[in-house]
Amino acid sequence: MPTVRLIARLDIKGPNLIKGVHLEGLRVIGDPNEYARRYYEDGADELLYMDTVASLYGRNNLTDIVSKAARDVYIPMTVGGGVRSPDDVKMLLRAGADKVAINTAAVRRPELITEISRRFGSQCTVLSIEAKRIGPKRWEAYTDNGRERTGLDVVEWVAQGVSLGAGEVLLTSVDCEGTTKGFDLDLIRAVTAAVPVPVIASGGLGTPDDFVRAVHDGGADAVAVAHVLHYQKHSIAELKKAAARAGIEVREV
Amino acid sequence: MTSSVLVVDYGMGNLYSIGRALEHLGASVQISDTAESIEEADRLVLPGVGAFADGMRELERRGLIKPLKKYIASGRPLLGICLGMQLLFEASEEFGEHRGLGLLPGRVVAVPETDVDGKPHKIPHMGWSALRRPVNRHSWAGTILANVEEGESVYFVHSFMAVPADKSNRLADAYYGGQQICAAVQWGQIYGCQFHPEKSGKVGLGILTSFLQIE
Repeated sequence: MPTVRLIARLDIKGPNLIKGVHLEGLRVIGDPNEYARRYYEDGADELLYMDTVASLYGRNNLTDIVSKAARDVYIPMTVGGGVRSPDDVKMLLRAGADKVAINTAAVRRPELITEISRRFGSQCTVLSIEAKRIGPKRWEAYTDNGRERTGLDVVEWVAQGVSLGAGEVLLTSVDCEGTTKGFDLDLIRAVTAAVPVPVIASGGLGTPDDFVRAVHDGGADAVAVAHVLHYQKHSIAELKKAAARAGIEVREV
Repeated sequence: MTSSVLVVDYGMGNLYSIGRALEHLGASVQISDTAESIEEADRLVLPGVGAFADGMRELERRGLIKPLKKYIASGRPLLGICLGMQLLFEASEEFGEHRGLGLLPGRVVAVPETDVDGKPHKIPHMGWSALRRPVNRHSWAGTILANVEEGESVYFVHSFMAVPADKSNRLADAYYGGQQICAAVQWGQIYGCQFHPEKSGKVGLGILTSFLQIE
């Protein structure tokens, strides 16, 4: 496989970088561009921007933030939150994004996945999943930052989304998100076993060991990190070094 | 010295990133799809994401195939990126058999679906992979990889790959599941990268800087 990617996740509300727990109780961290530049300099392999309230207000405000970042950041950028149509995708790509993540709009109208992947390529179409555990090895997909139920079984929905054209899956565990208590490894395993496309594990990383487990035990192709980076508990270099020591191939910083 | 670069816009994918990266490096960038602009260019980037047949059709529709061949015959520098590199070859087997620009001998084939041990691996090959010098290349000095150290990684997203018939055209390889992938090619002033230098961090910017300095 190519090197396992470490993705710095930037959750955005209005003009601010924010962070919450279980995607709620959001706190302002600072200026997203400052953090984006720092993570790029420190060796993040990709950036992931998620607009946390876009679906709620039916808008997409990330265009400005992304176009500013694109002047300084020369690694792939994925943008999600409020993407409703191929035209929204076009606007974000024009602003400097390389991929878009879709959740709410895809749940409402799954054909959107096909429309986007036909026009821009499946490599550009990321299916974003917010998963809540509802039983042993069973998860339900949520939208709007874990606020709205969909009634969809996560594993079935991911398989459908990939067959419709999604080229990558961003898998966020709402239960683990922001807790720094480790990933939901059962969830990662269930999804990586179900689809042939890369899966980004998101939600719960607290220690370098969690990175290693997501890859070795979960089969994740990439790991999204937010909390420990924003609060400077671990550096990108530290996380990558620990992964390399455990035999995981990572891009050297 | 400011280099001027023409980025050929033939409707295949996102040109903004490559344009922005070149501007960031101080180049003056023109994005155009006309034959005249190719005739007048000092330095040319042929980007592209998408299917091979669509790429050839879009070049043809704009009447750009002859101007591109003429440009290359004149010895001016060209950098093909991703699909733009694949189009330089004779033919591709992506969704049927399709003829390319035929400037480099060789074909474009699917990335092997299994690793060297025969285990299925994920397609596309997406992510960061290390650049390796092919055995017949003693040095990258004087090429677009002059600033690259062997083993440094760059960002790939592709399902098809070029197989140059003439090994001397191979400038760099990468390995995916142990399978050899042609990462970069060179023939005189003509360069191609299968990876995306505009998304490969400082290593990628170094590659573009070298391209801007090719005489």
